Amino acid sequence: MANVLVVAEHLDGALRKVTLSAITFAQETAELTGGDVHVVLLGQDVDGIAEELAGYDVAGVLYANDAAYANYLAENYAPAIAAAAEKVDATVVCAPASTTGKDLLPRVAAKLDAGMVSDAISVEDDDGLKFRRPLWAGNVITTVEVATPVKVITVRTTDFDAAEPTGAGASVEAFDPGTGAADGVEFVSFDLVKSERPELTDAEVVVAGGRGLRSGENFDMIMALADTLGGAVGATRAAVDSGYAPNDWQIGQTGKVVAPNLYFAVAISGAIQHLAGMKGSKNIVAINKDPEAPIFQVSDYGLVADAFEAVPELTEKLKDLVD
Amino acid sequence: MKILATVKRVTDPDMKVKIKPDQSGVVTEGVEYKMNSFDEYGVEEAIKLKEEHGGEVVVVSVGPSASTKELRTAMAMGADRGILVETDEDLDSDAVARVLVEVVNREEPDVILMGKQAVDSDRNQTAQLLASYLDWPQATFAYTVEVSDGWATVAREVDGGTATKRIELPGIITADLRLNEPRYASLPGIMKAKRKPLDTLTPDELGVDVASRVNVLKYEAPEERAAGEILEDVDELIDRLKNEANVI
Repeated sequence: MANVLVVAEHLDGALRKVTLSAITFAQETAELTGGDVHVVLLGQDVDGIAEELAGYDVAGVLYANDAAYANYLAENYAPAIAAAAEKVDATVVCAPASTTGKDLLPRVAAKLDAGMVSDAISVEDDDGLKFRRPLWAGNVITTVEVATPVKVITVRTTDFDAAEPTGAGASVEAFDPGTGAADGVEFVSFDLVKSERPELTDAEVVVAGGRGLRSGENFDMIMALADTLGGAVGATRAAVDSGYAPNDWQIGQTGKVVAPNLYFAVAISGAIQHLAGMKGSKNIVAINKDPEAPIFQVSDYGLVADAFEAVPELTEKLKDLVD
Repeated sequence: MKILATVKRVTDPDMKVKIKPDQSGVVTEGVEYKMNSFDEYGVEEAIKLKEEHGGEVVVVSVGPSASTKELRTAMAMGADRGILVETDEDLDSDAVARVLVEVVNREEPDVILMGKQAVDSDRNQTAQLLASYLDWPQATFAYTVEVSDGWATVAREVDGGTATKRIELPGIITADLRLNEPRYASLPGIMKAKRKPLDTLTPDELGVDVASRVNVLKYEAPEERAAGEILEDVDELIDRLKNEANVI
């Protein structure tokens, strides 16, 4: 059977929504291969998340509770995922192209003697599975095929809708991968950035600031605008490098890729490395005092204005509108 | 401590890449090349580790003969010697990893520093594949690195925050953007680099079959977004967002 295995991801006790986009990719792939979609979940006390996953349109959920999986370590996860792939006869193994997916899946591919595609944005069957993926900061799209029997794929989640729960009860099975804990590696800590705002990659609205804001304090007005619209806050690499914003906010080629319904680029010039992370957004608003800024080449609505005046004005007027 | 750092020659990321009319690749004529920026962070960290702990920094590149330029740059920064595994083929990450396995078996480094991804192919695979083939631990996306008593403690930039792990050496560390400030090569450094040893090997000599597992069939430009309108003021913006885009 040409089955598809999805590696589920969880954070702080909850399923990460990026997993649902990977499930959609897996369903599209399974349609082409004629196989079933299975999900594998590793952790400790993850029974609840396993049950939740069974509510999506998948054939089965395999999960393993073990101290070795309590905190994510590629060295412990990769052999267990490879064992799960063999157990369910998977010919495609996929995961979100999150930092965890990127860290983990090459190790899984090595164990399965599989070729690997990073950041797949589409799958089709044209005399075998073909995948499209962006490279050169999104300025080139290649179509690739994988020559090995097993194919390992990270999925660019902004290109696949989140799967909706169907309530269908998939089989849920605890399994013991029998691969144990690796020597020579220890988890130390995970410092979670707690926020009341939605996750950047999940948000309907993203307000992002660039180096033009000139200080971390000036990000307050970015946050105020985001909070007015229930949005998330992002930043350019330049703003993060300058210490104005935490690294978890970085959007771009080497940061997060977002595709919200509404994206505000404030005091962002529009370097190609930043555009790579946001040009899939449905509506882009650019606010920049330089009329020549490249960001205006990709924005739907542009305001040539001083952000320090326009953003507070916009926030106040939107507040009135929302109230 | 023996430190290996990898270097890839890539197209200048600030130049716009053009695709060949027959979609078989990107145009290489008139293109500027430089060291992959993430590898610069890796080389810098390797040199810092040597400054702190002593030892030797060996830089290695897998690519065309012109990659000696990027290796010389790394040696001008402070690396001690270079190895080029010369190939004109565009290898996939798996083939590069298998070539590097053989280099590692010859050199037996204590730690390997690599960029987290190359800014041309954007694959982010080679270090993790290499770590798996060597059965070594890995610490990707490094933000800080501290080495003592044969272990490296690495804080990593990950979704949701910062994850810190310890790996026993030998191990592989990949550099993220905020690991350090790569130094510029000084003029004496550049002069010295010209006399540093640089060995050239081929995948054949290393006994590696570089057949690709992933084949590229076609290169295309992405769909371009049409530039939108410049609006008068905040009021017009709100009006358009509300009544045209229907997003607020």
